[in-house]
Order: sequence, then C-alpha cells, then structure tokens
Amino acid sequence: MQYTEIMVRYGELSTKGKNIKDFINQLGGNTTKALHDFPDVRVHPKRDRMHITLNGTEPKPVLERLKLVFGIQSFSPVVQLPKDIEAVYAAAVEMMQEIYQAGMTFKVQTKRADKEFPMDTNAINREVGGAVITALPDIKVDVKNPDIELLVDVRNNGIFLSSLTIKGAGGFPVGTAGKGIMMLSGGIDSPVAAYLGMKRGVDMEMIHFFSPPYTTQQALAKAKQLTAVLAQSVGAIKFIQIPFTEIQETIKEKVPEGYLMTIQRRMMLRLSVLMAQKRNGLAIFNGEALGQVASQTMESMMAINDVTTMPIIRPVVSMDKTEIIKVAEEIGTFDLSIMPFEDCCTIFAPPSPKTRPNLEKTRQFEKLIDVDGLIERALAAVEISTIRPGEDYMNPEEAVFAELL
Amino acid sequence: MIYFDNSATTQADPTVVDTYSKVSNNIWGNPSSLHNFGEQAFSLLNQSRKQIADIFEIKPHEVFFTSGGTEGDNWIIKGTAIEKRAFGKHLITTQIEHPAVINTMQQLESLGFEVTYLPVDKRGRVSANDVAAAIRPDTILVSVMVVNNEVGAIQPIAEIAEVLADYPKIHFHVDAVQAVGKGLQELVFNSRVDFATFSGHKFHAPRGVGFIYMKEGRRIAPLMSGGGQEKNLRSGTENLPAIAAMAKALRLVHEDEQAKIAQEQVVRQTIIEHISNQPNITVFSETTSDFAPHILTFAIEGVRGETIVHAFEEQGIYISTTSACSSKKEQVSGTLVAMKVPEHIATSAVRVSLDATNTIAEAQQFNQVFDKLYVGFEKIFVKN
Repeated sequence: MQYTEIMVRYGELSTKGKNIKDFINQLGGNTTKALHDFPDVRVHPKRDRMHITLNGTEPKPVLERLKLVFGIQSFSPVVQLPKDIEAVYAAAVEMMQEIYQAGMTFKVQTKRADKEFPMDTNAINREVGGAVITALPDIKVDVKNPDIELLVDVRNNGIFLSSLTIKGAGGFPVGTAGKGIMMLSGGIDSPVAAYLGMKRGVDMEMIHFFSPPYTTQQALAKAKQLTAVLAQSVGAIKFIQIPFTEIQETIKEKVPEGYLMTIQRRMMLRLSVLMAQKRNGLAIFNGEALGQVASQTMESMMAINDVTTMPIIRPVVSMDKTEIIKVAEEIGTFDLSIMPFEDCCTIFAPPSPKTRPNLEKTRQFEKLIDVDGLIERALAAVEISTIRPGEDYMNPEEAVFAELL
Repeated sequence: MIYFDNSATTQADPTVVDTYSKVSNNIWGNPSSLHNFGEQAFSLLNQSRKQIADIFEIKPHEVFFTSGGTEGDNWIIKGTAIEKRAFGKHLITTQIEHPAVINTMQQLESLGFEVTYLPVDKRGRVSANDVAAAIRPDTILVSVMVVNNEVGAIQPIAEIAEVLADYPKIHFHVDAVQAVGKGLQELVFNSRVDFATFSGHKFHAPRGVGFIYMKEGRRIAPLMSGGGQEKNLRSGTENLPAIAAMAKALRLVHEDEQAKIAQEQVVRQTIIEHISNQPNITVFSETTSDFAPHILTFAIEGVRGETIVHAFEEQGIYISTTSACSSKKEQVSGTLVAMKVPEHIATSAVRVSLDATNTIAEAQQFNQVFDKLYVGFEKIFVKN
C-alpha cells in the first residue's frame, strides 16, 4: 500500500480557543523541524488537522519521528484516492488484506465534508464494508469495538483512506509555554522532569554542574547524551555547563558537614536563576521528588528555595520512584541514567546530611563563604553548546567502530 | 570441496575474522574497567548490541550476549523455570526440538517439573490447536523452534502466538538458531514472542558466541551468577572480539537477504528435481513457503545415512545425517521419528544444508556424484 500522506490530530490543542492559531503554527514549525531531513515531505497545518504529504517518501521513518513530537494526539498514514468509489473499494480491500489477521473485526467510518459526493455516509459505509467482506469472507463487522477502523474521508480534493491510528506524544507544542531552565544532573529523575516540562510546551535549556577532577569527563558526556535523547522530541537543546569545583571545595572547607548539601544546592540554584534571567527564562525546573533523599524534604526545599523568588517547577515532585522509572524507560533515558558515573551531587555527600535544615542556621553558615565572588568566577567559565538528536557523546570512537562492525 | 553442511556450522566470513582479530589485538580492555581503555571496550560492546538491535528492530536492552545456542536455550528454559516456579511447574515444547531444548526439559523433569512434548504432523509441523489443548493453569513456558534443523519445517509461530495472546503470563520462547537470514524476521519477532535464541556460528560468526532476545518487561533468573555483566543476568567477562564479529556477521548476512534466499532455493531445487526421479528416494523437505530455503533432507531407502555421508565425503562433498549433534551417536532422527517416518527410512536420511555461497554448479556436481553412488547403492537394495 503506497501511503500518500499522514493525517495528524491535535487533541488537547483544539480546546485552546483564541490561542489555537499560535499553537498550530508552532506545531507546524516544530513538525517541519523534526522532519527536516526528509526533503520531499511537506507539512500543512490546518485548523482542524495537520496534513503531511509524503511525495514518495517512505512513511515508516516519518511515522517514527512523529511519535515524539509534542502537541500531536494521534496520526494516521493515509492514501489519497480520486473521487471514484470503485478506486475506494479496491484500495480498501488492499489495505485490509495487508493488516487482516484471522479473527479480527472491523468497521467502516465515513466522514463526508464534500456534500456534493453522490453517495451519503451510510451508503459509503455499507458499500465499502461490503467490498471488504466480499474479499475477506471470514471477517466480522463490529461497530462497537472493532480491531480495525477503516476511515473514509471524502474531501473536496479527493477521498482519503486510512486504517491505522498511531498514538502521538500528546501535550503542547514546545515553545508555546515560554522558556525554562532545567537543572539536569544525569540521574533518573531530572531527564524525566525535563521531558514532562517540555511536554507541556516549555522550551527547555539544560544546566549541568560539573566538578573536575572529582567528576569525570564521562559524567559530563552522560549528561550531554541524555540531552541528545531528549532532543529527539524538540530538534535541538541548549546545554549550559557550569564548573562547580571551586564552590564545592570552598563549601567543604568552610561549612559544617550537616549543611554542606543545603548550601551547595543554594549555590546551584543561584547560578541557575542568574542564567535564566540572562537567557529570558521564566522558571527553573528540577527533578526533585518529595521525600526521596535528604535534600528533597519540604524543609530542605524551603531552605534551598530561599535564595530566589523565581518559580521552581518540580514535574516529578509527587511521583513514586517506580513511576519515574517507567517514564524514563519509555523515553529512552533510563539505561543512560543508571550508568555509574559520579555526579557532583554525590561526591562530597556527607554521611548524614540534615534532612530538616534550619533556615536561619543555613543563612548564617553561608556567610562563611564568599557567595558573590564564587558565583562570578563560575559564571565567567560557563560553556554553552547546542545538542542535537542522534549525536553521540558517550562513544567518541563510533566512526572507528563502525568500520569494525 | 563442496560444503553442504551449513546447518551444522558455517565458515566464518574472512572480514568477520578480521574484526575478531582487530578487537583482540587492539580493544582488549575489560568492558567493566573504569579507566578509559575499559570504557572503549564498553563502548564497542554497546555499539555491537545496538547494531544487532537495529537489524532486528528491537531495543538494545533486549539483547543479551551468550556463548551460543545451547546456552541460550538452557538459560531461557531453566531461567523461566526458576523465575516462575511459584506460579507453576508445567512447560510445553515439541518432540522435534534441538537437544539443547529437549535435554534441558528432561533435566527439569527430573527436578519435579512437568513437560508436554507435542507431536508433529507428517510434514514436521506442530499444531497451534495442540498447543492450546496442552495449556494448563500452571503452564509457565511454551518453547517452539522456528525452523526445524533436521527437515527445515517452519513452525506455525504466528498461530501459536495467537493462541498465547489469551495467556499473557506464559513465556513464549522460540529457538531461532536456524532462522537467521532466511527471511523469517517477522515470524521470529512476532509481538507475542517473549524470548528467542540465536547462535553466531550459524551465520558466519565465530564459534562460542550467541545472544538471546528478551522482550522488555519479561524476566528470567540468571544461570551464570558472578560479576554482574549483562544487567546482572549473565555474568562473565564479555567475549568482546566474538561479540563484535557476530554483530558484523549479522549485518552481512542480512545484506541482499532476498537474493541469498533465492540462491539457496535455486540450488536446492536443482538437487530436488534431480534426485526425486529415483524410486528409492523420499524427500522430507518441501519447497513450499512453510519450509526454510536452505535445508534438504532425503532418504535413500535401504542405505544407512552414515554410509551415504561417507560415500559423498569420499567424493569431496560434505553433508550430514540429520543433525550434526546427534550424527556421531547411533541415533535415529528425533524429528523423522516424530513425523512417523518408518524406522528403516528414518535411518536412511541425510541432510544437505545450504548457504548463499553455494552454487548451481556445485548442485550439478552433487547430482553427478549422486547418480554414480546410486548405481552402487542399487546392489544393496537388492539384498534388503
């Protein structure tokens, strides 16, 4: 079956009222970007649906790519036919023969936007169904819960036939919710939090703190690789790496052990907020889940949050670890996240950090370090890069290996 | 020499051996080592795994490396038995499986498990209805090979998958050792199949390496406990040179797969058409689409299989009695017995197993030798 186009349904977008035009334009742009390396594909965002014409492009890789684009509820590969009912019968039969397996049920569902077409909806349902049953005598009709739903869409420019509906990523088109700054560690939670934020339309940039020589190049490469995985949904992500060694060493030297972690986190948050302000970000995102570790009690969150009034959004705050892992597996970050490279959150972790830090004491202990000077020096050494899907940071020798394999 | 015993083993591809040697010489770090020399080996291991996963359109974390087909079968069956013993102790397989399955099942029987060995029809195919009838509330595994190694019959995996769709808790294992490069990918990776066994040396990789497919979400107990390799499910330092070589061999065997299958079919057809003319010949491998393209098993009634093998060998042609694993023992083919082939014919069976590198010229040479030998064999027929 030679599919000619893909029909995309918007879902939640359709409820957006006045903003819908902006949303659809953004989605059209994002989709075009996601499909940029298929030169013959054309994206046509329309008010009720988006039509992607294939112009001879193999549909399968296009379908795979679309699964990742936020703002798409579902989509179907479609065959465009002339307005000739005989051609519809033939194509319906061919399509059904391809997917039918013994015991499956089906129904025909017709939408007739073109009221000039001589047959009405019921007649089309009946006749196309009849043609299928003649070709596949064992197939049963089930109008309530069919295995295959054969969709016939009679439009002004032709009749469109499809039988397969693929679930999209849902959510809102990235970019419609403004820019956010994600504190990405490299663990399981923060990539999931980033994904969930992007799914609500946030244009996310990643901040990663690294502390050489305590953390390795591999830990940094891992954070970049996670970003490359997340970039599959959005095309490209800015990666902001901030050196954290001096700050960590100073805190370790000056601050009582129980408050190491709290003050470290406050410094990270300060740096993130400053970066966000510089880059027109509206909120900080992180992967904190309530109660998971010492820094993730509400007391801790309060003591850390104290340094800023910028909103801190914690998409996974109320999720169980098992729920977070499930999402991580689905979005392909889990296997990377569990690779055993120390990140800078764990290297100086004291054996018993305060789970209920006192805010006043925190502020007092922090006076022992030169906050402004440390921040200035860290910001001076920030490096920003753009990370794209498919890039490989974990395996610099991929091309060499490709010759072996 | 003409090598027609490719179901026993295949010749390692020279470029695959080259990979083996380069990795052995240059990337010999332990993938578990923390330093970047080990890291390099780890990266190559991952890239090999990804290449295999990409070829089969599965996920890299669904691929687990083993030492070969026997280990894969043992692991999936025993691993299921251990993992799911609290849920039941009944396993289902067929009478025509490879000994790696049959003997594993028998070992489990001696440990208190119950096993149903399903029969096959005259064409060497198990029936999905029989699978359905054998399922009990305590069934934990159904294990069925994709391509029978003795006659080449392709088993009705899709139909069995349909039966098992109603029993989502039962593990469904397919032994795919003879199915690689034979256009059977869709069958092997049917969405209901949970596990599949592969062996490298059946598709031009070196000996001693293989892998299993374990569907995401399924779990079996490890048999090899130790240093925690392969996600703690198959410990033992990874055989990286062989793994990389296997990944390459798998890529090569899938290049022009359809053309290779066509080549095997035409070579096999050349032999079948010729030998079928003789009265004492029974051909078990059919040319229909439910038989693999590369296996041709036939009997010369009245002549023992090993006699035929040695007679061909003297003329420089290597074939086998029905399976290399049992051919050195005084055993009749399990598959032919299960197909209810009379014993005097089953003992006269030999297998020609092809590869895409075999040629029509080789088939014609085989046919000439066959004619010469057949004339000699006729003297024996009379005595019988």
